[in-house]
Amino acid sequence: MNIVACVKRVPDSSARIKVASDGKSVDPAGIEFILNPYDEYAVEEALRLKEKAGSGEVTVLALGGPESAETIRKALAMGADRGIHLKETAPGRDFIATAQAIAAALKDVKLDALLFGNKAIDDDGSQVAAMTATLLGLPYVGVVTKLEVADGKATAHRPIEGGAEIVEVPLPAAFSAQKGLNEPRFASLKGIMAAKKKPVEEKPAVAGEPRLELIKLEPPPPRAAGKIVGTGKEAVPALVKLLREEAKVV
Amino acid sequence: MPGPVLVFIEQREGKFKQASIQALCEGRRVATALGVPLAAVVIGSGVAGAAAELGAYGAESVKVADHEKLKSYANAAWGRILAKQAGGASALLLSATSTGKDLAGHAAAMLGTSVAQDCTELRVEGGRILAKRPVYAGKAFATVAVKAGPLVASLRPNVFPATAPDPSKKAAVENLPLDAQDADFRAVVKEIVSSAAKKLELTEANIIVSGGRGMKGPENWHLITDLAAALGAASGASRAVVDAGWRPHEEQVGQTGKTVSPTLYIACGISGAIQHLAGMSSSKFIVAVNKDPDAPIFKIADYGIVGDVFEVLPALTAEFKKLRE
Ligand SMILES: Cc1cc2nc3c(=O)[nH]c(=O)nc-3n(C[C@H](O)[C@H](O)[C@H](O)COP(=O)(O)OP(=O)(O)OC[C@H]3O[C@@H](n4cnc5c(N)ncnc54)[C@H](O)[C@@H]3O)c2cc1C
Ligand SMILES: Nc1ncnc2c1ncn2[C@@H]1O[C@H](COP(=O)(O)O)[C@@H](O)[C@H]1O
Repeated sequence: MNIVACVKRVPDSSARIKVASDGKSVDPAGIEFILNPYDEYAVEEALRLKEKAGSGEVTVLALGGPESAETIRKALAMGADRGIHLKETAPGRDFIATAQAIAAALKDVKLDALLFGNKAIDDDGSQVAAMTATLLGLPYVGVVTKLEVADGKATAHRPIEGGAEIVEVPLPAAFSAQKGLNEPRFASLKGIMAAKKKPVEEKPAVAGEPRLELIKLEPPPPRAAGKIVGTGKEAVPALVKLLREEAKVV
Repeated sequence: MPGPVLVFIEQREGKFKQASIQALCEGRRVATALGVPLAAVVIGSGVAGAAAELGAYGAESVKVADHEKLKSYANAAWGRILAKQAGGASALLLSATSTGKDLAGHAAAMLGTSVAQDCTELRVEGGRILAKRPVYAGKAFATVAVKAGPLVASLRPNVFPATAPDPSKKAAVENLPLDAQDADFRAVVKEIVSSAAKKLELTEANIIVSGGRGMKGPENWHLITDLAAALGAASGASRAVVDAGWRPHEEQVGQTGKTVSPTLYIACGISGAIQHLAGMSSSKFIVAVNKDPDAPIFKIADYGIVGDVFEVLPALTAEFKKLRE
C-alpha cells in the first residue's frame, strides 16, 4: 500500500501564546514547536497499514517554511520512508489555500490512502483534510477512531454525538485521524539515525490565495475573577445558594 | 443585491437539533443586520414535513432536499447540495457539530472558499460579516472575514442564544433537486451505533460534571455519576483519566477530546491544564472542587471549593437531591 500522511509543525500544546505587536500573528519567542499530535496518529496508522499490507511506502508531506524539515524528520524517525517538503512561498494561508497546495502536489501521486490529523492544534481548523480530499476527488471519512482495510475497501468509525458512524469507502480514500485510533510509537534511536538518510523531496508550494482575511488576533476575553466559596463540605450549602440565586443555573 | 443568509439545519429522526436552531437564530440576527433574507436548508429523506415550522425562528424560506438517496449522511453529496445553494449567498452557517464541521469543509472546498470554524461570535460591520473564533486551543481569538463570495462559518453549539419560537410564522418551502453526482455517494454512512449506555450527550448537555485524576480510580466514579444524576447532567473526564482507562474516550473533554459550552461545568479533582481548559473554558459558569488551593482550575472557576472530592461530592449530591424534592 502506498500511503501519504500530511504533517504540520505547530507550537507545543502547553506553549504560552502571545499575540505579536502587529495584532495579527503570534510571537514565536520561547515557543517550542512539535509535530502536530494528531498527525502522529496519522503517521502511526500509515505505518500500520503498510505493515499489514506487507509492502508499499509511507510518504510524509509537510507544507511550511524551512523549519518544517525538522517535522518531516520526526515522522521519518517513526518509520516513514520518504518525505515531501512543500516550501511555503508566503505566510498567511487559510485552510483552502493549504488544501490547494497539498492537492496540487499530490495530483499525480499514486496512492491508496491519504491520511491527515483531525486538526492542527494551532489554527484548530479540522478543515484541511476534507478540503484536500474534495479537491483531489477522493472519498473521505473524518475524525476516525477505527480503520479497517481489506479488499480495496476501508471501514471507518467516526464518533458523533451519542454514538459513532460506520462508513465504508472504496480505496483510494482520505481519512483524518482522531485520538483513540492508535498509540503512536516512539522514534527509536535507530529510527532517528535512519531518518537522516531518508530522501526528502523539496519543491515550492503553489502560490496560495487565501479567501479569509485575518482582521485581528487577540488574547482570550478575561473571565471575571471567581471566588473560593469555602473549604470542605461545610462550603456546600453556600455554593448551592450561589448557583441558585446568583448564577441562577440550578 | 447581496444574497441571503443560508443556515444548514441538522435533524435526527425528524427532530431538528438544538445547535442548528441556535445557528438559525444567529442567522436571523446577521440577515437582519445585512438586510437580506434568511433561508434554512434541510437535507435528508422524509424530512419535508416539519420544514415549514422553521419559520418560527425567523426563516423566510426553507430549501428542502428530500430524497431516498439522502437518507444516510454522505458528506460529498450533502456538501454539493449546500455548495450549489450557497453560490450567491452572503453566508452559509452550520453548527459546529460532528456533521456540521465535516460538511462545512466539503461545501467550502466545492465553493473554492475557506471556513471560519467553531465561531463564538458573529457581527456585521460595514456590510461585512466578521467572525470570531478560538485558535491555539482558546489561547487566542482570531477575527476573520471573507474577501469575496459567501462566508462559510460553523458556530459553536450553546454559545449563540436561541430566541423563543413564534409558531404563527411559517416559512415557504422550496424543494431542491438531487444535485449530486454518483461519485458523491462513495462515502456514505452505513450504520450508526449508539453509545452502549443511553447517556446524555456531553456536547448537548446543559450541565456537565467532570472528574479528573483526583478521583483516584474508576471505582469511585459513582461520586461523579451520582452528582450528575442529581443535576440531570452529563458526565465527562480529563485526559489523564481516559488515558488511564478509567473512562471511555467519548467522555474526554479538552483539546484532544470534546469541546463543550454548558451553562454549568463542575470540575472535580481536575487540575485545570491548558489542554483541558481548551475544551471547556467557554462554559457559562465553572465550579471547581480541588484539594489544592493553587490548582490552575481555580483561576478560571467562578466558584470554587477547596476540599476533598470524597467529602465534598456526596454533600453536593445530597444538597441537590434535597432541592429536587
Ligand atoms: C497534546 C496534548 C493534548 C492534551 N489533551 C487533553 C485533553 O483533551 N483533555 C485533558 O483533560 N487533558 C489533555 N491533556 C493532558 C493535560 O496536559 C493534563 O495532563 C490533564 O488534563 C491532567 O488531568 P487531571 O487534571 O485529571 O490530572 P492532574 O493534573 O493529575 O490533576 C489532578 C488534580 O486533582 C486534585 N486532587 C487530587 N486528589 C484530590 C482529592 N482527593 N480531592 C480533590 N482534589 C484532588 C489535585 O490537586 C490535582 O489538581 C493533553 C496533553 C497534551 C500534551
Ligand atoms: N501546512 C500543512 N502541512 C501539512 N499538512 C497540513 C498542513 N496544515 C494542515 N495539514 C494537515 O491537515 C490536518 C488538519 O489541519 P487543520 O484543518 O488546519 O486543522 C492536519 O492535522 C495535517 O494533517
